[in-house]
Amino acid sequence: MDCHLDIFFLEAVLNGVLLAGLLALLALGLNLVFGVIDVVWISYAELVMVGMYGIYYAHKGGAPFLVAAVLGIVLVAVAGALMHYLVIRPVLDQPPINQLLVTGGVLFFLQAAATMAFGVEFRSIGIRLGSVNAFDMSFAWARIITFGVAIGGILALWLFLTRTYMGTAIRAISQDRQIMPLMGVDARRVYLVTSAIGGGLAGLAAALMVLQYDIYPQIGLQFGPLVFMICVLGGLGNMIGGFVAAFIISQFIAVGGSCMATEWGYAIAFLFFMVAVFIRPQGLFAAKS
Amino acid sequence: MIRISPAALVGLAALILLPWAVRFGFPGSEKYYLHVLIQILLWAFIYTGWSLMGRFGLTSLGHGAFTGIGAYATVLLWNFAGLTPWLGIPIGVAVSVVVALLVGYPCFRLRIKGHYFALMTLALTEFIRLCIVGLRDYTGGSLGTQPARAGNGISLYAVQFEPDRVLSYYVVLALWAFGLVVWLRIDRSMDRYALDAANQDEDAAASVGIDVTREKLKVTAISAALCALGGAMYGQYQMYIGPDTIAGLGVSLNIVFAVIAGGIGVLLGPTVGAVFTQLLSEGLRVAIQGSGFLKDWLGSAALALDTAIYGLLLVLFIIYMPKGILGTLLAWRDRVRAEKALRPPEAARPVPRRAA
Repeated sequence: MDCHLDIFFLEAVLNGVLLAGLLALLALGLNLVFGVIDVVWISYAELVMVGMYGIYYAHKGGAPFLVAAVLGIVLVAVAGALMHYLVIRPVLDQPPINQLLVTGGVLFFLQAAATMAFGVEFRSIGIRLGSVNAFDMSFAWARIITFGVAIGGILALWLFLTRTYMGTAIRAISQDRQIMPLMGVDARRVYLVTSAIGGGLAGLAAALMVLQYDIYPQIGLQFGPLVFMICVLGGLGNMIGGFVAAFIISQFIAVGGSCMATEWGYAIAFLFFMVAVFIRPQGLFAAKS
Repeated sequence: MIRISPAALVGLAALILLPWAVRFGFPGSEKYYLHVLIQILLWAFIYTGWSLMGRFGLTSLGHGAFTGIGAYATVLLWNFAGLTPWLGIPIGVAVSVVVALLVGYPCFRLRIKGHYFALMTLALTEFIRLCIVGLRDYTGGSLGTQPARAGNGISLYAVQFEPDRVLSYYVVLALWAFGLVVWLRIDRSMDRYALDAANQDEDAAASVGIDVTREKLKVTAISAALCALGGAMYGQYQMYIGPDTIAGLGVSLNIVFAVIAGGIGVLLGPTVGAVFTQLLSEGLRVAIQGSGFLKDWLGSAALALDTAIYGLLLVLFIIYMPKGILGTLLAWRDRVRAEKALRPPEAARPVPRRAA
């Protein structure tokens, strides 16, 4: 334990804030899918992994990074829609837990397929953006850009959900699954679009993550549990709650990780999560029902 | 007392004689085949332990934590305190039960179910795995650790039996049989009906006087205890434990999926799941090793082929066969029997007139 309220502590806190942007973006896609379709994609982080590999290979193949990123987003959006079409739709009338488990099968499949196709090596896209130094603190540009783009993505989704017909239909379905089809909303299409958007958000997260992290087939296991935790903490399906929860959890990781070994930061975050859910099982920020 | 049917007796006798059949059938590779059998029985025991609560809709992704606690407590107490596993295993089991109750009580009290329960227990698994990795001075971190070998590796005091595969086989066979007995005892108890009722409608169950939280806690404690025991025995047999081989999310998911593949809610479902998953991975490994073409084509990627197929099969199972292999077979058998019972006897049927 080596922790003082000094400049390094402040640096850790600020890095935590930057990390929160990314986690909030990841949680957002999962929350959207859960809120609308009532399905937990256990393999969500594996979709991000697929996106990261897609962007990596597109970039290696000569595409400029921005083009590769857009390709990656489209790739994961298609993957999300496919996952809904092939895997979720057939089990929609089964018990909810089966829907969660069926995506677990997808998790195994994607991880193993990535291992077979790309090997177990750690790959880096090799874009170095340098860092900003201020008051003895240093912040990687990659993190700052990630934070900005993540917040931008979240705002864009919010505008889409509130300002467009499709967005309104999505919100309506999430409020009442039975009534909306009677009002002329094509639920099947809304589900498919939602899954594609959820995938697209995972793709955006992937595009940001390749700038910061090495790519390997198991990377999903590193982020996945964290993202589920943030979603539950904020109240599954509650996007604003998830946003706030991302900032709380990321502080545990950043500050805990800088004061102790990395995994203790994570361990404390998980412990906090369990205790918090026991105190407020409906999520920290759910409205009282 | 549980009555044993003649078929079960024959099956048990066959399992007791199996190592000798292996010895005569595959004299050259006896050790390998016994190893596969031991793996199957060991995991079948752990899967059976999970299915005790899984069958009542308590889909826990936290059992990787219990196997991990059992394995690590036993090995660490042996390595660092010199405590015999005869005491270390009960301690590991007790710790697992306490953890299960600590997490289970609020969960059941607050009626955390379905997705939320799965994700809560997933957090428990991650927490325990991170603790194991974090205590790397003792646990060896993500590289894992080994129990200190006692003498030639066979010791009653150290509960080590790995070099003698036949002995290991009988140890895990006894363990597996014990798991089945526990399953049957619960299946035939009032708790089972209480839990079935609670699974269908908690309010209705509570309204007829079932203490739902208590019933769930009871089955959770037993389930966690069996999985901790299984994890500990896994460590004693493998002589190696790692945070990803006996703890963690991968183990949790494997447990859940094997049970679903085999059949949840039937006695031998988890065992069938263990047979299926182990034979799948072993069979693929042998097929790849044996085929030059596959080996050249896939290279080291072949190692992940079984997981890829496994994942794909799981998706297909849940979509097309949610009852699992054994559950589907039994349902099919019952249907055939019911149809036979309904069909009128031969003599009562009208004689078809022969076409002129």
